[in-house]
Amino acid sequence: MSRKLLGQLMPVITLLGLLLLWEFGCIVFSVPEFVLPKPSRVIETLITSFGPIWFHAQHTLMTTLVGFVIAVVVGVLLGVFVGSSRLAYQALYPLLVGFNSVPKVALVPVLVVWFGIGTAPAILTAFMLSFFPVAVNVAIGLATLEPELEDVLRSLGASQRDIIIKVGLPRSMPYFFASLKIAITLAFVGSVIAETLASNVGIGTLVEQASANFRMPLVFAGLAVVAAMGIAMYAIFAGIERRMTSWATRSTDFGIGG
Amino acid sequence: MSAAATPLVDIAGVRLTYGGIDGTLAVDQLNLTVAPGEFVAVVGPSGCGKSSLMKLVTGLLAPSAGSVSVAGQTVRGPVKIVGMAFQNASLLPWRTTLDNLMLPLEIVEPYRSRIGRERASFQQDARKLLASVGLAGFESKFPWQLSGGMQQRASLCRALIHQPSLLMLDEPFAALDAFTREELWDVLQGIWIQRGFTTILVTHDLREAVYLADTVHVMSARPGRIVASYKVQLPRPRTLESSFLPEFSHLVQKLREHIRTERGAADAAQVA
Ligand SMILES: Nc1ncnc2c1ncn2[C@@H]1O[C@H](COP(=O)(O)OP(=O)(O)OP(=O)(O)O)[C@@H](O)[C@H]1O
Ligand SMILES: [Mg+2]
Repeated sequence: MSRKLLGQLMPVITLLGLLLLWEFGCIVFSVPEFVLPKPSRVIETLITSFGPIWFHAQHTLMTTLVGFVIAVVVGVLLGVFVGSSRLAYQALYPLLVGFNSVPKVALVPVLVVWFGIGTAPAILTAFMLSFFPVAVNVAIGLATLEPELEDVLRSLGASQRDIIIKVGLPRSMPYFFASLKIAITLAFVGSVIAETLASNVGIGTLVEQASANFRMPLVFAGLAVVAAMGIAMYAIFAGIERRMTSWATRSTDFGIGG
Repeated sequence: MSAAATPLVDIAGVRLTYGGIDGTLAVDQLNLTVAPGEFVAVVGPSGCGKSSLMKLVTGLLAPSAGSVSVAGQTVRGPVKIVGMAFQNASLLPWRTTLDNLMLPLEIVEPYRSRIGRERASFQQDARKLLASVGLAGFESKFPWQLSGGMQQRASLCRALIHQPSLLMLDEPFAALDAFTREELWDVLQGIWIQRGFTTILVTHDLREAVYLADTVHVMSARPGRIVASYKVQLPRPRTLESSFLPEFSHLVQKLREHIRTERGAADAAQVA
């Protein structure tokens, strides 16, 4: 088997191995189902309750994507603002860090007071959790412009706006795309948290109600669906990233993790 | 190149302090004139204020005292008739070589307002310029597909594409190997002879200074000022053979001693 194929199969093999371990653990220690269900039961539930799970999953996906899109728009605007002006950076950065440190769970009740139970708090929680990495990455891309390049441009009479459009924004693209895959997974976390606390649809609600009724297999089935959606979205954005910014991984003076 | 002609660059009694009144005094009592079309090299010990001099002339920094004028006008902001290149080629990795050359034209007037309609003819000029530095055939390559020397050639082209009357070079060849560097001396000399722009070259390489310049200015240790100026009388175009002439080595030797003295003076001042 080629190394590449093996590399691609590795996550699947690991997953199957863990599931097997889990299955046998449950059998050997005869763990009751309302504590930890066997994976085989979870898969069975996934199939038998496909209808309701799919209904809630669709809702969660929509909520997450709407929150994510808002986060991208706001994140880019904030990032450009903070990254292109020293004053804005000094004024806003500490506030942003402070806001990012607040556990968003604590804000859900506030959102409920403002917007009522439903989709709005979930969208906003997804947004609040995911805009930060976008804003920070865009700001970093703009703020780390090589001083010599800036001198070349300024000596030509380039305005701040010229510099941002011609160099700053293209330069921050790799940072931006790297942040999208982080942001989308955070958006899932946000929407599911809010659904758990303050909604009557969505995987979060499904999981919450199932656990209240001690239907553990359904709880795990719901969580598995969220994980699967997260992986799928991450893969999509990782693919977009590779496609859009191949120059960044080729040129040596550009090192980006992510 | 007579001294009587009005200078293109005139630096008179300039002082530059970084960071407030009790900050670093980078240059002081700096006087320097550059005639139109002249090729000037500036050498001096590290940290003496050579890069600061470049920023003063291009209007990126304002002097704390004294005045800088370029083409008869006092410098108050970015001077648009200059092109700049540095040790780091700093090309944009997402643009091809040709598109990197177009960047200044997208910014400087009058090209800026004409580029929409005349892009094709501008691109033709850019291709010609690239060919004149030996980069024909590399127009659609990305910077990371070029060698260090090629990137530096492209960077030189980018500094010249908008036909500046003043070219400012800050150690442009410092990161290159000796062979590539000498090749680029000839490239630079070639375009300079052909186009006749004025050049200020900052360098640590004394052979480079003598090879290329009409006048070599030596700066003192910080705070920098000009302590000596030498005319290089060797005929143009200079070739590697010129660098074996006794006048050449003699001048290089003299410059070396000068800089050693300046460094020594700086060290003595530190000890005292
Ligand atoms: N942005 C800055 N802020 C504070 N001090 C600075 C700044 N830039 C330069 N200096 C100081 O001014 C002095 C002159 O710096 P400059 O870069 O002009 O030297 P240089 O002659 O170009 O040196 P080198 O040959 O090493 O490139 C140095 O002592 C440096 O510490
Ligand atoms: Mg320098």
